[in-house]
Amino acid sequence: MADFAKRHSGVLLLALFVALLPLALPNRFYFDVATKVWLNAIVCVGLNLLVGYAGQISLGHAGFFALGAYASAILTRRFELNAFVAMGLGAAGTGLLAFAVARPILRLKGHYLAMATLGLGIIIFIVINREIWLTGGPDGTRVPALALGEWRLTRIEDWYWAAGAILVAAVALAQNLIGSGVGRALRALNGSEVAASTLGIDTARYKAMAFVVSAVFASLAGSLFAHVERFVTPAEAGFLRSIEFVTMVVLGGMASNFGAVVGAALLTMLPQLVADFQDYKHLVFGAVLMATMIFLPKGLVPSLTDLVRRRLGR
Amino acid sequence: MSLLRVENLSRSFGGVKAVADVSFAVEAGTVHSLIGPNGAGKTTLFNLVTGVYAPSSGRIFLGDTDVTGLPTAARAALGVQRTFQNLQIFFNMSAVENVMAGRHLHVSTGLVASLLGLPGIGRETAAARRRAEELLDHVGLAEWRKADADAMPYGALKRLEIARALAAEPKLLLLDEPAAGLNPAETHEIDRLIRRIAASGITVVLVEHDMKLVMNVSDHILVLDYGRKLAEGTAAEVRANPDVIKAYLGEAAATGGRGV
Repeated sequence: MADFAKRHSGVLLLALFVALLPLALPNRFYFDVATKVWLNAIVCVGLNLLVGYAGQISLGHAGFFALGAYASAILTRRFELNAFVAMGLGAAGTGLLAFAVARPILRLKGHYLAMATLGLGIIIFIVINREIWLTGGPDGTRVPALALGEWRLTRIEDWYWAAGAILVAAVALAQNLIGSGVGRALRALNGSEVAASTLGIDTARYKAMAFVVSAVFASLAGSLFAHVERFVTPAEAGFLRSIEFVTMVVLGGMASNFGAVVGAALLTMLPQLVADFQDYKHLVFGAVLMATMIFLPKGLVPSLTDLVRRRLGR
Repeated sequence: MSLLRVENLSRSFGGVKAVADVSFAVEAGTVHSLIGPNGAGKTTLFNLVTGVYAPSSGRIFLGDTDVTGLPTAARAALGVQRTFQNLQIFFNMSAVENVMAGRHLHVSTGLVASLLGLPGIGRETAAARRRAEELLDHVGLAEWRKADADAMPYGALKRLEIARALAAEPKLLLLDEPAAGLNPAETHEIDRLIRRIAASGITVVLVEHDMKLVMNVSDHILVLDYGRKLAEGTAAEVRANPDVIKAYLGEAAATGGRGV
C-alpha cells in the first residue's frame, strides 16, 4: 500500500487538487475555465508522450482534436448515435488514421517531421472547412448534449467533475506508461535512436505507438469539448490551435506529465482571465514559447523540481 | 561453429571503400580484436555487423543465421550488443535508467498492460532496476547509481555503455574503443572488466588503439588497413608479421631499420 501511494503520489495529489478546487471557484464562469483547462490538459498529457518523452514533434494535433469533436458532433446529431459510441468511434477512427500515417511520416526528423505533421493538420482543417454538407463548413455545427438514455450531462459544474476525473485517469495512464518498459523505450529513442535500436528497440514501432496514443487522447478531449461547448467550428483544427498545444507542453515542461497539466492550466487561464487579452492571444503565446526556449528550456515543472532537488542536497 | 562469420564483406561511401572484401570468423567464448590505423574500417565493420549500415556486398552470419538483411533491433534479439566510439548515452535518463533500457528485450512491452500499469509490469520494472544496479556495481559504477547521465564523467560513461549492453544479456559484445581517452588506471580497470565479461561466457570483439590492452586480452587479432584484411592470428603472430609492422611503423621498421 505504501508502495502504491509512493508510485502514484503525483496522481493522488492531482486528484486531491481537482476535488478541492471547486471550493475556490466563485461562479459558473470559473467552472467553465477549469473544465477547459482539464480538456486541454488531456491533449497535452498525450502530446507530451510524443514530444516530451519520445522527442518527436507534431504541429498537427489540433487536427486530431477536431476529428474527435466533429466525429461526436456528426455521429450524434446526423446519425443519432449514442454519444459514448460516437466518442469511441471518433477515437478509434482517429487512432487508425494516426497509425496509417505514423510510419511514413515518423521516419522524418526535425524540420521535416514538423512540416509533415503541419501538413496533416492543414489537410484535416481544409476537409472540415470545405465539406459543408457534412460539417457545416466555416459556420460550424451544433452538438447535442452528452446523453445516455434519460440522463444528460449539461451543467458546467458536472462537466468540471467529468473532465477532471478523465484528466486524472489520463495522467495515471501516462504515468504508468512512462514507468514501464515502453516508457523507457520511448525515452531511449529520444536520447539516441541508434543506441536504442542496438538494444533491440524497434524505434519505428515505438514512435508510431506514441503518435497513436497521443492522437487518441486528443480525439477524446475533442469529443468532450464538443459536448461541453455544444458547438464546434473548424478553428478547433487550425494551425494556431496546434501551436497552442505544443506551447503548453513546452512551457509546462517536456517529459513531465504534470508539467503538461501545469502548462495547459497557465495558457488556458491566461486568455480567459485577462480582459481584452483575446486579441493578443497568439502574440503572447509566441512570446511565451520564445521566452521558455531561451530562459527555461526544460520547462517550468522539471526546472522547479531540479531546483528543489538541489536545495535538498540530492 | 563460429558465433560470428563475415564473408567477403564490402561497404563503399561514394568512391571510398571503407571495408573491402573482408572475411573472418569469431569463435564463441573468445576475445577477438580488430586493430588498424585510423580509417582502416574498424567502426564501419561494427556498423555493418550491427546493421546500422547495410553492406554494399557480402554476407554476415550469426551462428548459422544469415542476418545480412535484418534490421538492427532484430540482430539485438539474436544476441548482438555493442558500445560506441562516440558515446551514445541516453542523456535524458539517469545512470540506472540507461541500464534498465538495456533490459528492453527481457521485459514485456504490451501497450495496454503498460498503460494500465498491471502488477506484472511493476514487478518487471522492479526486477529490471535490481539487475541494472547489480550491473552498475559489476562495472564499478556503484556510486553513480542515482546520478543523471549528463552529470557523469567521460570514463564513467564509457563503463555505463558497457553495463547497458550487458543488461541485454548478449552472446556477442562489440566494444568500440572502450579505453579511448582513459588514463592508465582506468584502462587497467577496463582490461579487468573485459576479462570478467569473457570469463562469463560472452564473446567479445574489441576495437582498440591501446596495444598493451589489445595484446593482453585478445585470443585472436585481425589487422585491417584501408578497409582490407592485412593479417590475422594470435598476438605473437600479428606482432611478428612484417606487413603489420610496415603499416604501423613504416617500411624502415619492417626491414629491421636497415632501409632499402
